[in-house]
Amino acid sequence: MTKGRGLLAAVAVLLTAGSMTSGAVPRLACARIDRLVQDKLVELDIPQSEICTDEVFLRRVYLDMIGTLPTVKEAEQFLASNAQSKREALIEELFERPEFADYRAMKWCDLLRVKAEFPSKLWPNAVQAYYRFVRTALWKNMPYDEFARLMLTSSGSNFRAAPVNFYRAMPQREPEPIAGIVALTFMGMRTDAWEEEKLKGMAAFFGKIGYKGTAEWKEEIVFHDPSKTYCYTGTAKPVPCVLPNGTAVEVGDYEDPRVAFADWLVGSRVFADNMVNRIWYWLLGRGIIHEPDDIRAGNPPQNPELLAFLSQELVSSGYDLRHIYRIILNSKTYQRSSIHTAGNLNDEENFSHYSIRRLDAEVLIDAICQITKTTESYSSDIPEPFTFIPENERSVRISDGSITSPFLDLYGRPSRDTGYVSERNNTPSAAQKLHLLNSSHIQNKILNNKGLLGMEYKRVKGKKKPQVQWKKPEEAIETMYLTILSRYPTAKETNTAIAYIRESGLNRYDASVDLVWGLLNSKEFIFKH
Amino acid sequence: MKMRNGLDATRREAMALAATGMGGLMLGAPLEASAMKDGKAKAVIQIWMWGGPSHLDTFDPKPDAGADYCGPYTAPIETNVSGIRICQALPELAKHADKYAIIRSMTHGINAHETASYVTQTGRPVGGDTFPCAGAVVSRFKGVDAGYKGLLPPYIVLTKPQGRFSESGFMGLRYKPFATGGRPSQTPFTVEGIIQKGITQARQESRRDLLAALDTFGRRTADNPQIRHMNLCTDQAYELILGDAGKVFDIKDEDPKLRERYGRSDFGASCLIARRLVEQGVKYITINYNYSPNWDSHKKHFEVMRTRLPEFDRGMATLLDDLHQRGLLDSTIVWAGGEFGRGPKIQWEAPWNGGRSHYGKCFSHVVAGGGFQGGQVVGASDETGSEVTDRPVYPWDLIGSIYEQLGIDPNAKLPHPQGIDVRVCATEADGITIGGRLREIMS
Repeated sequence: MTKGRGLLAAVAVLLTAGSMTSGAVPRLACARIDRLVQDKLVELDIPQSEICTDEVFLRRVYLDMIGTLPTVKEAEQFLASNAQSKREALIEELFERPEFADYRAMKWCDLLRVKAEFPSKLWPNAVQAYYRFVRTALWKNMPYDEFARLMLTSSGSNFRAAPVNFYRAMPQREPEPIAGIVALTFMGMRTDAWEEEKLKGMAAFFGKIGYKGTAEWKEEIVFHDPSKTYCYTGTAKPVPCVLPNGTAVEVGDYEDPRVAFADWLVGSRVFADNMVNRIWYWLLGRGIIHEPDDIRAGNPPQNPELLAFLSQELVSSGYDLRHIYRIILNSKTYQRSSIHTAGNLNDEENFSHYSIRRLDAEVLIDAICQITKTTESYSSDIPEPFTFIPENERSVRISDGSITSPFLDLYGRPSRDTGYVSERNNTPSAAQKLHLLNSSHIQNKILNNKGLLGMEYKRVKGKKKPQVQWKKPEEAIETMYLTILSRYPTAKETNTAIAYIRESGLNRYDASVDLVWGLLNSKEFIFKH
Repeated sequence: MKMRNGLDATRREAMALAATGMGGLMLGAPLEASAMKDGKAKAVIQIWMWGGPSHLDTFDPKPDAGADYCGPYTAPIETNVSGIRICQALPELAKHADKYAIIRSMTHGINAHETASYVTQTGRPVGGDTFPCAGAVVSRFKGVDAGYKGLLPPYIVLTKPQGRFSESGFMGLRYKPFATGGRPSQTPFTVEGIIQKGITQARQESRRDLLAALDTFGRRTADNPQIRHMNLCTDQAYELILGDAGKVFDIKDEDPKLRERYGRSDFGASCLIARRLVEQGVKYITINYNYSPNWDSHKKHFEVMRTRLPEFDRGMATLLDDLHQRGLLDSTIVWAGGEFGRGPKIQWEAPWNGGRSHYGKCFSHVVAGGGFQGGQVVGASDETGSEVTDRPVYPWDLIGSIYEQLGIDPNAKLPHPQGIDVRVCATEADGITIGGRLREIMS
């Protein structure tokens, strides 16, 4: 255990440990996952779906790992490759993409409620500092126990010791609500159903946290304040520190009780369970314990052996989060088709097929922007200082949950009020469909990318300006499919599209706009599958 | 047996959806029968004056406080109700004072936008969960869950979402407003998703056929609950796109004289459209009155007021009159106000150059119709508008009164994602001071 090590030291160790690129796929672990999933399915007599095709895998793994669509070139290359291990290689490649850290940071910041102003008040500068810390840790693949420990035990300025913002991104700064958030974040547990004594015992570890301002505007120091005592309501009787497992802990008068709690937490089973279960949920759409933030005796894991195995892998890998991603992503379980068989249509909790899910709000708008070569504008003149997000920034990278747009709201981006996974709502609605089918917002984006519509500008002798030429319909249609759906069209699809160009009564331009519009509105585009 | 969220739930949803127009899809917990009461009021139009309008320069003038308080507005005008005077910049509203009540003793003491907005719109103290604002609560108890069958969404905001906190709080997406986007004063008013420039009806129909023809994946997964659900959403969306519901936003056939009276501004057009939405049965309309420069007038306040006040005056006065002429005022609550007032003492010095700061200790709101009596003044402030001197009214008193007029049970449960037992109205148990319902103006 590396107690109390600073962030820099942790990063240094990391860089020398070489866990950034570990490369070799632990096939045994993947096979074990598949075996455990299959055992359960056999027991329940549920058939598994086939392994998905390359084109489905390509789009799926891009969206799940980096929240980004493959470019036409990337799609062409992957689909053309005959390498045996091309899926493994692609997974390793995506680990090294900055977007991998961006997308993971977005999910973490949902959980950590990173936002400038309501109900938690981080304020813009601290949002930036906190976000940078989270993203950097994920980018460098900081061991997860270290990551949690930094957030739980740091002291210092919200601008300079960024992990202290963990204690600031909370609507209430009393020991009990703090304990509630710690339990939700790192244990996946909801304390509102706990007995009062249990919550109080855990809250006592957070009874000596001090907050003070400085002369710098919106700067705040979070520190261990030995002079504070957390007492039973209306008495001067201090509440003793008792771990959630019932063990009482003696903390010296001048010791920081947060450290004692963190020491216990990172070695606990629930700590590992919570993390691997959340990763499983992020990748497969459903937790082994579901909801992933409702871990309790009355809500057992659907597949306890699988959960135990993944937990053990997390611990034995030195809390290497990428290792967990790697063994799940390379498993057959993850790579099953979303097309159900006759016998597994109703299976949602045993992972017999990949579950179809609507794209996250941010991922969806980023994908639309990438396809149409457009950008979104985000800014906020509240609270001060004003925030302006650069035009070419992707929505997945918006660090501040207070900065939003009508589109993101409509598509269920979480408000980051509570940190519950249920805050993010990916259920399709008629209002969302209206927007995609018929808003000027989307229509104007489609009109922007002339190349995608099939127009080329060529120099012609005797003409000053480049002249518009139309690509052959087949070529234009192929590019549309590769750009939007990351696959080649079938002959039937090409014919359907050509027929629309020729027979709809619209000119080539309008017909092409409609084709792009049609693919953007297709279920294949809106869903991960 | 675990609760499954599979096919059966989806079938139920599909039935609910098919019956309910634009309700969205998330399963709302069923309403208790006790919450299904009718009230005097059937709808609410909320004029949300984002940023905080000055009470001294609108409904609580203080001509005797001196130039440092009232600036150029030294001569309030008499209204059509004897004894009630309002700012001289509101001559149209002065003609209709018999239709609205002025609350001059609004108070919560918060000077920060985000918390003041939250408290003023939710009627809840800050702390714990993020509660839904009034519109979302009305959407819950008067909207789809309560059998609203309109094609238009039951809760609409013109034009941008309010922001600062999510309107529906913990109740989530299902109760969020439909935000129109666009510019109401322009022809056409492109309501995002419903009205698009340049795409004819015929092309909409050929696009729809194309969409079906291209749906390779959808055909292969037709039995999947998610996919079936998406098909329903698409069908519903097309009912709005191809049907007549969107015409409500098109005001070009309204009498030009009436349009002139409302004013040709976005605010004026929003007021007119709000009336049309009420006629269509929409339950809650928020006019998010947040155009630049907005009511948050820290600097050069009186310059800002020169454009904002006449626009506000015409729009709101005409709305009240129009609703009244059509016999709709008795069943429609019109509620206007911001998250706080503005500092009574003008900041003449640089950098403000005649600005007013945030002021949550004492401010004014106006409420009309739906069982609230007009021609009334509730409460009072001191000679400078700095302190409430009589009958403090807290946001929960006002919002609770609005709920009561709509027949919403203050003790009904709100749907909560973690199943926590929370009720419509805050009580003293929530650690708040209660001023009491507005009995003096409720009939």
